Amino acid sequence: MASTGEPQSLIELRQAGIFRDGRWLVQGIDLAVAPRQIVTLIGPNGSGKSTTAKMALGILSPSEGEALRRPRLRVGYVPQKLQVDWTLPLKVKRLMGLTQSISSSDMLASLGRTGAAHLLEYEVRNLSGGELQRVLLARAIARKPDLLVLDEPVQGVDYSGEIEIYDMIANLRDELGCGILMISHDLHVVMASTDHVVCLNGHVCCRGTPGAVSQSKSFRELFGRRAGLALYEHKHDHEHLPDGRVRHADGSVSESCAGEHCDSPAHGHDHGHHDHAHEPVLTVTEKTGNA
Amino acid sequence: MLDDFFLRALLAGIGIAVVAGPFGCFIVWRRMSYFGDTLSHAGLLGVALSLALEINTMLAVFAVSALLAVLLVVLSRRPSLSSDALLGLLSHSALAIGLVCLSFMTWVRMDLLGLLFGDILAVGRADLALIYGGGASVLLILWRIWGRLFAATVSPELAAAEGAQPQRMELVFVLLMAAVIAIAMKVVGVLLITALLIMPAAAARRLSSGPEQMALVASGLGVAAVVGGLYGSLFWDTPSGPSIVVAALLLFLVSLLPVFGRQSAN
Repeated sequence: MASTGEPQSLIELRQAGIFRDGRWLVQGIDLAVAPRQIVTLIGPNGSGKSTTAKMALGILSPSEGEALRRPRLRVGYVPQKLQVDWTLPLKVKRLMGLTQSISSSDMLASLGRTGAAHLLEYEVRNLSGGELQRVLLARAIARKPDLLVLDEPVQGVDYSGEIEIYDMIANLRDELGCGILMISHDLHVVMASTDHVVCLNGHVCCRGTPGAVSQSKSFRELFGRRAGLALYEHKHDHEHLPDGRVRHADGSVSESCAGEHCDSPAHGHDHGHHDHAHEPVLTVTEKTGNA
Repeated sequence: MLDDFFLRALLAGIGIAVVAGPFGCFIVWRRMSYFGDTLSHAGLLGVALSLALEINTMLAVFAVSALLAVLLVVLSRRPSLSSDALLGLLSHSALAIGLVCLSFMTWVRMDLLGLLFGDILAVGRADLALIYGGGASVLLILWRIWGRLFAATVSPELAAAEGAQPQRMELVFVLLMAAVIAIAMKVVGVLLITALLIMPAAAARRLSSGPEQMALVASGLGVAAVVGGLYGSLFWDTPSGPSIVVAALLLFLVSLLPVFGRQSAN
């Protein structure tokens, strides 16, 4: 991992792990995000997705291994939750410029993109979960980051908004030229425009392109039958299904392969034992539940 | 009508109220009032130390509070410690140890009530200079770190991810808090410092729509509480420190009136 991604990587974890209260939250994580690359962390609850992202961001320091960041890296972070106490008078406008001052035109433009422009003068503590998520996303975008880290970016967002946001995230990569590290336990849409998927369960279970991961044995073991429903193939074209979801048609995965993300040890390994290899890639017939 | 000592008391109180406003806001936002109690109670130990070593009281109080503050911050970063119980334990221990230490110093005559509840009417010119000099420096530093400290208060994780150094800001903040306590001790005493810090801030909450505004309003309300409390204590012959706190409480109660509830509509 490290050898291929090292010089251009925005952030990189090398065999990193965090030990807390007598147990390893995550261990032996190798992860790199290159510019213009979308990396998605998936895994069940408590599998260490957020912990891994926090380690990559430098919020938590690894108990073993290394966490490297490119010097002067500008990060836009959408945390999993943000709780604002009643005692704190905080409007969306003030939240937008929390860690850097942002011009009001940039502020309005990014809020407009996430569909939250009308919330500018609202108190943050009165926002609904979905509204707050849109505001946090707008705040991260307005910083014009080199790296966007999104911890469950669509949590609480209604279904049609979810698709909009995932589409927008895919576009942001080209627009801002930033790398994106995304966390999700929503399997169904998340793989759509991802270059590289890392499946976690305290350690890296499997990794590779969405197509490769979805076929891998450990992924299927981890997610059970939902794994079969989970995959969208990577392609920029997509179609809207009658039930409001988006199907991304199978495009050539190799076309946008860059850097390390094509490797998939788990994939290669599992083909030997499994007859899923040439199974048609799924069709979605059932909503797989979102937050 | 304004005697000289009364004018000095007013000036001292106003100076401290102005500084206490923004600090009180951060204490309220960060839920650190117990932390403030602990630091100010430890101030008694500082007083004992200053008497034993014959050094400046304000300096000794600052040194002891600052040491404790840093210790507490470092300890609280260990996830396994319950900070609430720890603070509860330390806060009252510090008070008790301070009182015991002072009682051993039979060779000095001191006004224990003045230490506990303040002695604002005894403020001298040197005290005034310290209050204004110290207060101005503390406010200047707070102003410099305001944005980053505020980011760390809203979300330490967001602040850390985006380079606002929340841990360093927290450390600077608690050191500044120790300085504010050292400066304010003479005026309201160790038992009531936290009240003077948080009550104007709490009263300011419903009158403000943004953090910066709330800090300014808190300063203004603090000044009003000092002026009201001091005149009240002169008029009714009540102890001055507690009178100031009672005046702050009245302001807080007034702020609860529905008239000021315009912020709740959104």
